[in-house]
Parts: sequence; structure tokens; C-alpha cells
Amino acid sequence: MEKSHSELGQIIVGVARDPLGLMGLIIVGVIVFCAIFAYWIVPYDPIAMDIKSRLQGPSSAHLLGTDQLGRDTFSRVIAGGQVALKVALPAVFGAMAIGLTLGMIAGYGPKWLDNLLMLFFDTIRSFPTVMFALAVVALIGPSLQTVVFVVMATSIPTYGRVARTQTLTLRNSEFILAERSMGASMARILGVHMLPNIIGVLAVLAAMDIPTVIALEAGLSFLGLGVKPPTPSWGALLKDGYSLIRQTPWLVVGGGLPIILATLGFTFLGESLRDVVDPKLRKQR
Amino acid sequence: MLSFATRRFGLSLLILFVAVTVMFLMIRAVPGDPVQIMLGPRATPELQAQLTAALGLDQPIWKQLLIFYGNLLQGDLGTDVFSGRSVTDIVFQQLPFTLELIFASILWSASLGIALGAYAAAHPNTLIDRIAAAISVSFVAAPAFVVALLALLVFAVHLQWFPAIGAGEGFWDRLDHLVLPAFAIGLSWVGYIARLVRASMLEVMGESHVRTARAFGIAERRVVMVYALRIAILPVVTVIGVGMGFLLSSAVFAEIVFARPGLGKLVIDSITTRNYPIVMGSVLISTALFVVSTALADLINALLDPRARTAH
Repeated sequence: MEKSHSELGQIIVGVARDPLGLMGLIIVGVIVFCAIFAYWIVPYDPIAMDIKSRLQGPSSAHLLGTDQLGRDTFSRVIAGGQVALKVALPAVFGAMAIGLTLGMIAGYGPKWLDNLLMLFFDTIRSFPTVMFALAVVALIGPSLQTVVFVVMATSIPTYGRVARTQTLTLRNSEFILAERSMGASMARILGVHMLPNIIGVLAVLAAMDIPTVIALEAGLSFLGLGVKPPTPSWGALLKDGYSLIRQTPWLVVGGGLPIILATLGFTFLGESLRDVVDPKLRKQR
Repeated sequence: MLSFATRRFGLSLLILFVAVTVMFLMIRAVPGDPVQIMLGPRATPELQAQLTAALGLDQPIWKQLLIFYGNLLQGDLGTDVFSGRSVTDIVFQQLPFTLELIFASILWSASLGIALGAYAAAHPNTLIDRIAAAISVSFVAAPAFVVALLALLVFAVHLQWFPAIGAGEGFWDRLDHLVLPAFAIGLSWVGYIARLVRASMLEVMGESHVRTARAFGIAERRVVMVYALRIAILPVVTVIGVGMGFLLSSAVFAEIVFARPGLGKLVIDSITTRNYPIVMGSVLISTALFVVSTALADLINALLDPRARTAH
């Protein structure tokens, strides 16, 4: 454990030395901080209506103005970050865990299983993401869980394919052959010996995947097919802002900028992480 | 090459088959009687039975699937529940609008991206190279529908430079209506393609045929434009082919934001009215479009680079 601790420290130092990486760290840090402490940061209840002060511009009372129901936009932006991470984190980790398992099995198991899993991956990938999302939402109805499910399902193949390729290149290396000749089970070989060698690459993928997930959640909520009102979400802010675009620009700005900022932060972080963890990956993608 | 092409298209067909079957079964597995949803609570039992029979819903599921595939092979995607028109007609009426938007987006973003990438590669580590790199990372991060909304806000609502709604009529008017949505969809591609071209340019510039061209005293400009760029452009073809899914997804949002006709608007409208045949038809067509374009990109790649033929 001691060794991996210092490795993690080295990675963080490496990212912080890179100017883009440092910027990514700061942006992501601020977003995560705001999401965790959203309850204490928001000046108003994000779903409390106040019809008397509806559709106001920015002022000292309402930093980003108010929406058509008099809800404070700034409070909704902060609370929306919490929703975004609530969708993104479980979806990304779930997809990573499932993709990793399936990918390792595909790379290590028998050929027919490999072919079957690859067909499964290719099939999921063959749906354009949003079309798939729309179809699923149409069928099982919009909710936070639906969004998490859709996002998970659509990103499993990416992790699966990378895990498979890595497993394929490792399966004939000496330390795996040695384990096998000593009669280690498949579960042991994959879990104890393959996993530590693959997880780093997948973690980088996950960091770069988070922006896509956040954008998809916001997109679905924008279409009215994501989280349900009155839950504050960046996408929902954009939805309200879109219908009121001629009355007030502040809802679109308030919903749009955090999404761009979040994508920017996670992309910077992911790129920098990739360069530090595995410079070779840059060529592969 | 021919055997590669056969295998690749065989795989595409298989994928498409599995995808459509899954989609079909998912739609049938939804709780709730579609007939009741379509007719509303006040429909008579006779009317319900009539529609159930008309939609073939009284048949066992495997038979429904067979009938569906039989119709599909004849180019029949079913009929619209409300208007009774053929879904094929409806979908293909909307498709050109979406394709027009996607091609316009590719066209501007690829040309600008290639130019930016080539320039950056020809002048590596200069200030312009750095600026191009920073711009491309930032652009990659911008989700199309957020860009679309902000563009709508700034250029259509406030500055009123471009129209906010619809697809327009007549060539110039249509072009005018294309500007903002195509801008929103293409923006993240500019940076992506620029980075791709820059990396592959730098690799190609070190190759022997470029060195030979230089040794012959051919002007640097010509070396870059003709000898290096022609090869460095190849990865862009693959990326655009594989990116078709992304482009389609962005197009859906752009169509909603700018109230343009197209596949995306069709799907959203039919989802809100639970018009499943149309949802199914549009998802099927867009999936087919995506699968075919990915396969085509692979083929073009294999044609140009023999090493790729054995990779899959």
C-alpha cells in the first residue's frame, strides 16, 4: 500500500506541474467543493418560489437573477452541480466496473466468448448515443435513474474495448504464464494480476468520460427527458432559459457556463492525467 | 481487399440486425398497452380490438418480429399511428434536413481544422502553434447544444444577425438558416481535427518521401501542401466516419434549439406523443446511417493503408 500511495502522490504532483492540468484540478476542485457543500453555499432554497421577484436581472440580492417562478438562479446553478455529479459519478464508475470485467473476460476467456462480447459492444456502439437515450427514455420514462442507466449502457463498450486490448497484450507475458503454470484460477489471475495493470488506463478514460456524461445529462434534462422538475439541474435551467430567451438571457448563461466550465475542467484534468500516467496512450487514441 | 470488405459489411449487417431486434423487443416489453395509450381512455373495446389487429399486436411476439423484418426488407417501416401515412415517407422527408446540417458542419469544421492543424505542424512550437493547441483543447470541451443555445442567444436574439427558427426556403435563405446550427455542431470538431492533423502531419513530415522531396529542392510550401498533407489527412476520414454518431446526436439538439425540421425534431415530437412506429423508424434509420458510415470509413482506411485490413 505504501508504494501505491507515493505513486498516487507522484501522479498528483505531475498533474499540478502541467499548467493545463493545474487549471483542470482547480476547476474540478471548485465544482466538487460546491457540489458537496451546496447546502451551505446557496443563498436561497433552489426550489423555493417567489413570484413577486420573478424574471429579475442580476443584483446584489440575486447574483444571477431569478427565473419565471422567482427562484434564485445562482442557487439553482450550485445545486445543479450536485445533480450533475450525482449522475456522472455512479454512471462512470458503474460503466467502468462492468466494462472492465467484461473486457478482461473477453481478452482472457475463450475465443467464442470474446466474439460474443465484441458483438455486444459493437451493437451498443452502433446506436447514436442520443438516439439510444431518447428511445430508452421514451420506453421507461424520464428519471435520474434512467439517465444513469443510459449513460452507463452507452459507455460500457469504450471501457470494455480498452480493457480487452490491454488484457490481450498482457495475457502472454511471463508473470501471467508463471501464475498459470502454478495453477492459479482465472478469477485470481484477472483480479490480482491483470487488474492493477489495467486500472490506470481506465481511470484516465473515466476522467475524460465525465464531461460527456455531464453533457448528456444536461442534454436530456434540456429536452425535458432527464431529471424531473423542480429538481435543479443545469439542463433544466437551459430548458427554462430557452423558452424565456427573449425575456432574460441569464438562465441560458447560468445553465450553459457551468457545463462548459465543467467539461473544460475534466478534459484538462484527463489530458494531463493521461500524459502523466501513460504517455503512450496519446498515440493510441 | 474484397474479402475484408465482405467481412466488414457482414459484421455491419449482423450488428444492425441485433440492434434492431433489441430495439423491437424493448418497445414490445414496455408496460402498458400501446393501443390504449394511442386511443385514450374513452375508446370503445371494438375500436381497441380493431387497432390491435391493424398493428398486428394480437400475434405472438416472434411472429410480429418476422412480419416486421418482412416489411422492413420491402422498405416498409410501418404506418404513423395518427396520420396513417407511411413511416418510411415521413422519415425520408425529414432526413435530408438532418443530412444537410451534418454535411455543412463537417465541411466548415474539417476545412478549418485541417488548415489549422497543417499550419501548426509546419510551424511547430511557435506562438501560433501554442494558441492553436489551447483553442483546440477548449473547443473540444464545448457540448454542441450549449454552444447552440449561446449562439442563439447572442447572434439570433440579441444581435439578430441570423434567423433563429426553421430551415428556410430557397438556396440563400437555407444557407442563412444553416449558419448558426452548423457552427454549433462543428465547433468542437475544429479543435479535434486540428489536433489530429497536427499529430499525423508531424509524423509524415519525418518520413522519407517528404525528405526526398525537400532534397530535390521543392519549395517548402509545396512539400507541406502536396506531399505531406495528402497523407496526413487520412485519419480525418476515419474520425468523421466514426464520429457520425456524435454528429447525429448533436444534430438532434441543434434541430430542437433552432426549431429546424429533421430527424431529431421528428423523434422528440413522436416521443412526446408516444408514436412508437416513428420513434422506431427514425432510430433505425439513424443507426443504419451510423453503422454504414463507420464501415465505409474502415473501408476507405483499408483501401489507403493495407495494414488496417488485418487489424480487425
